[in-house]
Amino acid sequence: MAKAFGIVTAASNRFYVEGLQDYRPIAAFSVFGRYRLIDFPISSMSNSNIDRIFVFINGNPRSLVRHLGSGRLYNINAKRGRLELLFHEEGTTNQIYHTDVAAFLDNLEHLERATEEYVVIAPSNVLYTQNYDKLLNQHIESGADVTLLYQKVDNADTAFLGCQALTLNRQKGVETIASNMGNEKSKNIFLDTYVMKKSLFLDLIHRAKELSSVYQLSRMLSTVTGELDIRGVQHKGYAAAITDFKSFYDANLSLIDQQASESLFDPAWPIYTRTTDSCPSQLFEGASVKNSLISNGCTIEGTVENSVIGRGVKIGKGAVVRNCVLLAYSSVADGVHVENEVIDKWASIIHADEVVSDAAHPGYIRRSDTL
Amino acid sequence: MSQNNMLAMILAGGRGSRLKDLTKKIAKPAVSFGGKYRIIDFPLSNCANSGIDVVGILTQYESVFLNSYVAVARRWGLDMKDSGVFVLPPREKADEGFNIYRGTADAISQNIDFIDNYNPEYLLILSGDHIYKMDYDEMLNYHKENKAELTVAVRPVPMKEASRFGLMVTDETGRITEFQEKPKEPKSNLASMGIYIFTWKTLRKVLMADMKNPDSSHDFGNDVIPEFLAAGKKMVAYNFEGYWKDVGTIDSLWESNMDLLGKNSELNMNDPHWKIYTEDASMLPAHFGPEASVDRAYITQGCVVDGEVKGSVLFTGAKVKAGAKVIDTVLMPGAVVEEGAVVTRALVADGVTIGKGAVVGSADSENIELVAKRVKGVE
Repeated sequence: MAKAFGIVTAASNRFYVEGLQDYRPIAAFSVFGRYRLIDFPISSMSNSNIDRIFVFINGNPRSLVRHLGSGRLYNINAKRGRLELLFHEEGTTNQIYHTDVAAFLDNLEHLERATEEYVVIAPSNVLYTQNYDKLLNQHIESGADVTLLYQKVDNADTAFLGCQALTLNRQKGVETIASNMGNEKSKNIFLDTYVMKKSLFLDLIHRAKELSSVYQLSRMLSTVTGELDIRGVQHKGYAAAITDFKSFYDANLSLIDQQASESLFDPAWPIYTRTTDSCPSQLFEGASVKNSLISNGCTIEGTVENSVIGRGVKIGKGAVVRNCVLLAYSSVADGVHVENEVIDKWASIIHADEVVSDAAHPGYIRRSDTL
Repeated sequence: MSQNNMLAMILAGGRGSRLKDLTKKIAKPAVSFGGKYRIIDFPLSNCANSGIDVVGILTQYESVFLNSYVAVARRWGLDMKDSGVFVLPPREKADEGFNIYRGTADAISQNIDFIDNYNPEYLLILSGDHIYKMDYDEMLNYHKENKAELTVAVRPVPMKEASRFGLMVTDETGRITEFQEKPKEPKSNLASMGIYIFTWKTLRKVLMADMKNPDSSHDFGNDVIPEFLAAGKKMVAYNFEGYWKDVGTIDSLWESNMDLLGKNSELNMNDPHWKIYTEDASMLPAHFGPEASVDRAYITQGCVVDGEVKGSVLFTGAKVKAGAKVIDTVLMPGAVVEEGAVVTRALVADGVTIGKGAVVGSADSENIELVAKRVKGVE
């Protein structure tokens, strides 16, 4: 294909995930035990034969740079393709200036130099898979100026808060783009995914800057719905947005449902990630595991229920882990009971008998902490 | 070559016919092991971890898959400049026509040109069908310290079993004085592991002569080592005491997999300083359903468990459905045990499905049952 280049945007400044985000940008968050959020948009682009991909990074770049490397792990052609990391210096100015438009303009030179006619823009904080090649062809055939990907949801009152929502006319023309305030259940949630010509994209970011220094690209589009032909294409299948701590927790646990997992993980549409070459997991005598995802390299002697366990986690004898997300290399000592918690990397719970949070407000144990 | 001036050659041409249907279409070194690995990952990872940069793989039997597998040198980190994994099947040569490898030594002789390209000081000969972790660099140090021309890795075996092995008889300094191939009356209990470090210049000369010898079977054990002994070259035995297993039969392959279940597994696959590398599967972590019940399991990415698993090793993508029981069994990649089926003391080959309600294997069988074909369900 290669009619389009790809852009993976950093999560919007509207979103903040308590605790976890102190250590890494949202794009580098761990999901389903062995993945990072950014694996999803890049894998979908790679699977769609997009081989020039720009990844925007804000915040501490260490974990993302280490994870992405040369991009080879995403099956991008090492000669014809490339994965480029673009940094955006946010400085200490007011958060409202940290827009996607500002990041694009900071790296304008690189975007201008791309030779592909179209651009596909996808977010790093929304979990979904999409065949962008198909979407691009749909866009070209429709004759639209801009195509936006959306998901029809009936839980907009509890999920996708702060995401943009679309209203559409009968011809799927986008009439408005506005923030989901959680006041209605049924909404067309915009998956922050755009397809348009590169020339129009460049034009729009310049116009956005002229109109307002705090405009996001989606806001810019909302002001030109009358002028441009902007259409929505409905995405079907799994979609979840990581916008706050609870949505991170919920998304992780959502894949315990076999149907959800099959809808996101299609053997014909692999999601690539960096391997750590950890060995399989050992479940010893006395271990009991139900309704859970267990990554490799774990040693488990206790009870695990309704939880997502990252790589290299240790769960001791008689320990109980329920409704938890354990990130890599964390550990729960013998006899300890943890429930409704997110335990960050390398943290160990040793000297506490019980760490239990309210199911509606899961708790967070900081990275490398010992309890 | 830059790291220790030693080049490794892995003998991976054998069929391994005692593994029956498992090696019908693939060579033994490519057989799956330990949940996510293939046997050849062990010598290859050992090489990578021992600072060896160049590895030649001598293939012959059903080598198409093995060739494509080892060619991705990146998996073992052997893709740096001046490093690589090179597949060396028999080839046609200008003045001799096409020769198959007539023996283990001949496989090396026919690739002297390849080895000369790198001009190594030492040559490490390995076998592609053993499960173990070993630092070949330490063995090289031993070779150098002893100013040996051949160092043979050996491990002690019980004296009463010794006659099943190729034995190295040594003097008090560790120098090898005699080699006994499966002798009736063993004089030693040091079994050769088929791991040799040669000083290349010396071996090269011996191989050049061996190639032209019409009476030779061109084998390291039968011909090269006796020739070294006869010529009085210094040969020493290097003692290895860790986990080592020849997974040559269905029973021993099963047993070696079962060894991974133990809490203090001697092989210690979880050692961050000596990882075994392999192909990465793009699959979700192991998934346990609401009905899952486990009692001792070794389990990896892509597995889906909703039944009962007891004392078993599940390979990539294996599935145990609700109501099924898998006991003391190895499920190789993609094997599926359907609802209500019971599998006991078996080794289920890659991609094989055990149908609903079927019963396979038994707790008191003498040998492990190899299930290489689909087993029909019982309605």
